[in-house]
Order: sequence, then structure tokens, then C-alpha cells
Amino acid sequence: MSTFNLNINGKVHKVDADPTTPLLWILRDHLDLVGTKYGCGIAQCGACTVHLNGTAVRACQIPIASIGSEKVTTIEGLSEHGDHPVQKAWIAHDVPQCGYCQAGQIMSAAALLTSNSNPSDEDIDAAMRGNICRCGTYTRIKKAIKTAANS
Amino acid sequence: MMLGFNWLMSCDMNPEKVKALPKEWFEINGFLKIGENGLVTIMSPNPEIGQNVKTSMPMIVAEELDVDWNDVLVEQAPLNTGIFKRQLAGGSQSIRQGWESLRTAGATAKSLLIQAAAETWGVPMNEITAVKGQLLHNKSGKKVGFGAMASRAAQLEVPEEVVLKDPTDFTIIGTSRKNVDGSKIVTGKPLFGLDYKADHMLIAMLEHPPAFGMQLKSFDASETLKMPGIKKVFKMEKHLDEYSLGGLDVDAFNEVVVVVGNSTWEVLQAKKTLKCEWELASEKSKEIDSWGSKITVKTPAGLESSEKHYEILNAISKRKAKVVREDGDPDSMFKKAAKIIERSYTCPFLAHNTLEPMNFFADVTEEKAVLVGPIQTPEIMEKSVSKRLGMPLEKIDIQMTRMGGGFGRRLYGHFLTEAAVISKEMKQPVKLIYTREDDMTQGTYRPSYHALYRAALDEDNNLIAFHVRAGGIPESPLAANRFPAGALTHYKAEEWSQPSNITVGAFRAPRSNFIAGAEQSFLDEVAEAAGKDPIDFRLELLERAQKNPVGENNDYEASRYAGVLKLVKEKAQWNSKDPNVYRGTAAYFCHNSYVANVLDMVIEKGKPIVQKVYCAIDCGIVVNPDAATNLAEGGVVDGIGHAMYSAITFKDGAPEQNNFDNYRLIRHDEAPKEIEVHFVQSDIHPTGLGEPPFPPIMGAMANALYRATGQRYYNQPFITDKALIG
Repeated sequence: MSTFNLNINGKVHKVDADPTTPLLWILRDHLDLVGTKYGCGIAQCGACTVHLNGTAVRACQIPIASIGSEKVTTIEGLSEHGDHPVQKAWIAHDVPQCGYCQAGQIMSAAALLTSNSNPSDEDIDAAMRGNICRCGTYTRIKKAIKTAANS
Repeated sequence: MMLGFNWLMSCDMNPEKVKALPKEWFEINGFLKIGENGLVTIMSPNPEIGQNVKTSMPMIVAEELDVDWNDVLVEQAPLNTGIFKRQLAGGSQSIRQGWESLRTAGATAKSLLIQAAAETWGVPMNEITAVKGQLLHNKSGKKVGFGAMASRAAQLEVPEEVVLKDPTDFTIIGTSRKNVDGSKIVTGKPLFGLDYKADHMLIAMLEHPPAFGMQLKSFDASETLKMPGIKKVFKMEKHLDEYSLGGLDVDAFNEVVVVVGNSTWEVLQAKKTLKCEWELASEKSKEIDSWGSKITVKTPAGLESSEKHYEILNAISKRKAKVVREDGDPDSMFKKAAKIIERSYTCPFLAHNTLEPMNFFADVTEEKAVLVGPIQTPEIMEKSVSKRLGMPLEKIDIQMTRMGGGFGRRLYGHFLTEAAVISKEMKQPVKLIYTREDDMTQGTYRPSYHALYRAALDEDNNLIAFHVRAGGIPESPLAANRFPAGALTHYKAEEWSQPSNITVGAFRAPRSNFIAGAEQSFLDEVAEAAGKDPIDFRLELLERAQKNPVGENNDYEASRYAGVLKLVKEKAQWNSKDPNVYRGTAAYFCHNSYVANVLDMVIEKGKPIVQKVYCAIDCGIVVNPDAATNLAEGGVVDGIGHAMYSAITFKDGAPEQNNFDNYRLIRHDEAPKEIEVHFVQSDIHPTGLGEPPFPPIMGAMANALYRATGQRYYNQPFITDKALIG
């Protein structure tokens, strides 16, 4: 067990945990931030996508000891009132079916738009390929990303 | 919290417009309560797996109540079969079977509100109308909101009969309303079973045998118990010997090792140190209560492999099987045929792979068992877990969470019972979590199927007889009375099955999820041989089935079947051909609904790309059109994905895939670029929608691939059948 001070969603959280514990389980088990989902544990499904200094990463692959003072943003901290352009576009297109993967999809989409404000279909394909939607909402996800890009 | 999503329903992000929560709620009936300020809470009775019933079922109640949808809050109903009928997500039946009771609940409440106003004002009930949450008496000009009458209405006796609306008067049904959990989903609020927490809750995981046909011999937990945060390791027997298994008690591994600890990561790490010895299981024979009839199910011994499975499928398909339906004299017609087309189709086992893996929360004490989590069959599991715990039903409290996918997997609730047994053992609240690997290798798969089709043609290439022989491991996918049965004078359908120790379960559109694609691919070949357009060929057969049907038991309506084909033909502009676009078509009937597809494929950089899919659906009245469109789009993507990419294969009894690095699911860039969904305008009461859009697209995909590549694809997944470009 070690103590870590993590900068998550603009606040510093003190956590006592094994240094190998992935960020995913710190968020879910220690900090009650359960919007970040477990889907595979091996960075293949994207359900646990969060931002590390603004870049999309898979929280299941980030040991807590490697984070240091880097800034973590989860779906809960993406916007204060759930009104990030990507979140609004997701509502406008009523994207979710079961909804389980959507936090990860939104985090990947938001990171994409930060680095590329006007992505082409190919850019979206490349950025979103790592996020599985088992319900098959991909066509709506693409439309929502374009709406968010234009807003 | 509840208000948080109400203001999103209108998709105007203006919380100012929303009413505050009322000071008091008045329960009008089990389906709804009304606050003194006119806010209405409607209970959504059925489990939500992504089919959007949590929005569409309350819409039906709200319609008959005549409330303003902006004044509606939705809550997941408790499990209460005294009030709610069929609290189950399965068979695409929630809306169809809930239709009358949901409408009646809304209409009854409206009648009580009208009666309360009539008594208050001293006027006859039939002079009062309800409009958008207001009660109006036109003669006097009196007007009052539902909220003001709720207290009085709640005291009145429930009327025995109510009049339901004429569908032409619907103002909510047939209009698109946003997902009531939408804002919670996009902001990451706790909604799912895996998100559930309680004080002093422990985490549990299971270790099951690595292969089907094996069982636990012994285990050594000495290292595991030394790992940090670990509380206990023990062997669990899921069902006791005296328990009579029911049809949904599917489970390959009755004895497993349980590891319980403080946190998920600690249990995950500790589980890796567990040393288990496994041994070959012997053949088992168990009596099962399958929906009222006792059947004996034999589970063979041995370690099976996919290689052997395909040998078995091919060998048995060559033998005569049980004839389920025979019209005319198909054998003679095949003897005198000028030409016979014979083709075989196969598919592998599939894992459901709900993105939220199996899990359940349990807090079992002497007084009660509180069980919270994702389950499609709460009312069935209530009885099952009651027996396992030796607790009366009234002490069992199953609470439904939103589910991260179902697809049939969560019809089989062994994980609920497991969580309960673990909590009872630990005398503490427990959340049982399956890792992805545990989830994918545990069984309950879509069976592996085979279908042999034969068509007899005369000298003029007319189809004169049709023969299907379908089977699988461990069940047949045959639907003998579906199209083209009824359209052909000479028709034969046979079925067979081969037992296995690999467990199977319903997977979105069971059996149809293979046989539709096989049949629709075969009809495409027959149409080609007959020199006919594939849609016109089907329409000709359907005309025969409609005007002069063969046999008594055809379980589809030929006119509705033809209706979706005609609609998709029109919307896709089927007759306007682009030489660079390769088009495949297919149609199917299942779960009381009709779906037809046209799939447009192009070749880009040597790769087949699905450019556009047209989907025409007849599912009767559509409650929530945009959500229904979403569900159909998902069915299309899901169907293409599983036909193209997915498989569970076996070696020495063990699944060869255990996570998404070796089990391929369709991804973003592989989905169709565009999907256009059209519904047949209808006043027929709603029929199924969760499943019907899934099966036929597999046939449309195979048929488009043929046009694009010159090769027919007979074996799923197509990606491993043959090279995609010939």
C-alpha cells in the first residue's frame, strides 16, 4: 500500500492503494467515480477511456503509480453541467441504447475534437476504432461527433 | 436527480421550465403517482437492456393518461407480478405484451382524475376532458390541473372498465421522445449493476473449469489467502442435488471456487494465485422442468473441439432426419427435376459479450435477501433463488438496474444465485463480478448450426420443390412453418441435433439469427438460377402464399411480408442500378414482425465497404420512432458484425477466445456508412422490434458480397470463410 495524490477532475484526491492498481479501479472502487466502465481490462474495448492531460487513454492500463501530478479527466468531469458539446450532441442524436460504452465513446470523441476540430470520416474511424459499442450505435456516434464539431 | 433527466426529454436544455419535485405524491395505481403540482411519476415495469422500454413503456401509459410528457418522470418499477405482467426482457415482447395493461393503467388513472373533478364541480364525468395534464369542463370554462385532483382521485374506487383511445387520437405514441436515462448516461451517473455499491460491500469472483467437460477436483488457496485484502476462498455448489433445474438454469459448471476480498483489483490479483486441479467430468443425466414438462437432458462427457464439431455437422447433415413438415410430394419432384441446387451453410458458437460483464449484488441476512443488478428474468430468478437460499419468496427483494446489454445472456441468472450464496456465506453484502475472460469462457453460447438447402427446378427454371434439413449442436435452428413454407406445393423440412457439454442459450433472435441468413442466401442463388430479380422472385412466391397458401400452419402473413419487400424496393430505388454499387437483399419474419433489407456495397482500396443499408420494417404501431430507428440500426450493425467477424471455437473442450483481442466484434470503421430505416405505416398493435432487424441483414450481406466478389459466402464468420475479394 502506498499513498497517492491524484489530480482528478480538477481536485486532488488522496488514495491509499497498491501502486500497481490501474486507474480504472481507483476511480470505480476508491473514488466512487463509476462512469468509467470496465469492459475488458486489456485496452481492447475503450469503455474505460479517460483523459490524461487531455489525451484519451485506457484507464485499465494506467497503474496509479505512473500518474504522478498529471491531470485526469473522467466523464464526470468532462463538463460541469453535462453540457460539453459532445454530450449535447449525444443527447441531440439520442445515441445510447444500453449506454454502457457511451462514457468511453464520449471521452474518445471529446479528445479527438480537441486535437482535430473538424475531423473527416476517416479521422473519426481511426479515433473511434478502439471503442466497441455492442449495441451497434456507430452510425449515430459518427453523426453526433460531426454535430459536436460544428457546434 | 430525477429532474435532471426530465428537462432533457424535450431536448431543450432549460431547467427553468421544469417543475420542482412535489411535496407529496398520490399513488393512483401501481403504474403511476401524481404530485400535487401535476408532476407524474410513471413506473417502467420491464427490465431495460438497451431496447429503450424504460422510455417507450411509460410513453404508452402517458398517452392514455393525457399528461404532458414534459411533466413525466420515469422510475424503474419494483418486481411485483401482482401489479405488473411479465416483467421480463425477452422475445421482443415487452411492448407487444404490455400494450393493453400499460394503456389501461393510463386510462384508468385518467378516468379517476375525471371522476374526482366531476364530483368536485358537480358535473357529469362525460362533460370533462383531459388534455396535457389539465381537466377541462367546457360548458362552465372550469379548468384544473391533474395535481389538484390527485389526492381525491387516489381515494376513489378503480373503475372496472375504461375506454381506450382510438389510435388516430394518439399524441405521444408515434412521436420521438428522448431516452429518459440519456443525461445520466452521458454524464456517467451510476445506473448499471456493476456501478451498485453498499456499505461494507465485498467483491467476489469465481474460478470455473478451463474447459467444458471438466470439473473441479481440488484447490489450494494457501497463496491466495496471503494476498492483500482477501477475506475468504471457498468452493461453491451453485445448485444442490435436490433442486429441480428449470429451463433457464443453464450452467456448465456447478462447482466453482469463490475468491472474496475487499476490492476488485485485489481479488483479480489474488485469483491468479489460486491453484486448482481439474478432472474430466462424467456423463450426466438430469431431469429438467422445461416450462411445465419434465424432460431429461443428457450432458455427454469428453473434451470437444470445433474441428470435430464441423465434421459432425457435415456428416449428420447428409443423413435423413426427422421430418417436421412435408407438403405435396417433394421426393418425386426432386427425382424428376431438370436441375437441383444444393447448398450448405454453417455458423459457429457465439458469446453474447454484453459490454457490461455478468455481475450481481447480494445482501443476504436472516431477515431478507436484497439482490440488485442486471437481470432479464427477475420474476423467474426470484423463485429460483428462493429455493436455493431456503427463504420464502416474500423475503426475496430483486431490484432491476439498467443493463449494459442483454442479447439473451441475462435470461440465465445463475450469477444472481451465485451472488446470493456468496453473501450468505460471508454474512456480508457482496458484489460478484465476472472478468471479461470469465464471462466469455463460461458458456451459454449461441449454438453452432448447419443448414442444408435443396431446390428443384424444371426445364424452364421454375422452382418446383424445396427442401431444408437443419440441425446443430445442440439444437436445430429450423422454423418449418415460415416462408417459403406455404408458397410451394412441394416442400419438406427436416431437423436434427447433436448433444454437447457446451452450454447454450438464447442469443438475440434465437435460431433466426442463423437460419434467416442461410435461407435468404439460398433464395438469392435460386432466384439467380431462375433468371429472376431477387426481390421479384420472393414477391412471386409470397403472392402464391397469400392467394393460395399451401398447408394450414404457416406462421407469417404473406401480405405483410411482401409489404416490407415492396417498401424497401421503393426506398432503395432498387431498379436504378449503379455499376459501382453491389446490392444484396434479404427479408425475414420473426418475433411477430417483418423486416426487409437492401445492402449497398462498394469496393474501396480492394476492400468491400458497406456504403448504405436500407431497412423496411413492419412491427405494427411504432411507439417511439427515433428510438425504434436506433434499435433497427443497431440490429443491422450487430447482424453484419456477427456474420462477418465473430466466433467462439474450441480445442480440447476449452474456448480459444477469451477477450476482445482474440474475439472479434464489429468496430466503428466497419459499420455501414449510412443506415436508412423505414416503418410500414400501420394501426396493428405493436409487435417485436428488439430482435427482428438482426437476422435478415446477414443474408443481405452475403448476397452483396457475392455480387461484389463473385463468390458465395456459406460459412460464418465470412472473414474466415474465404478471401473477401475473389
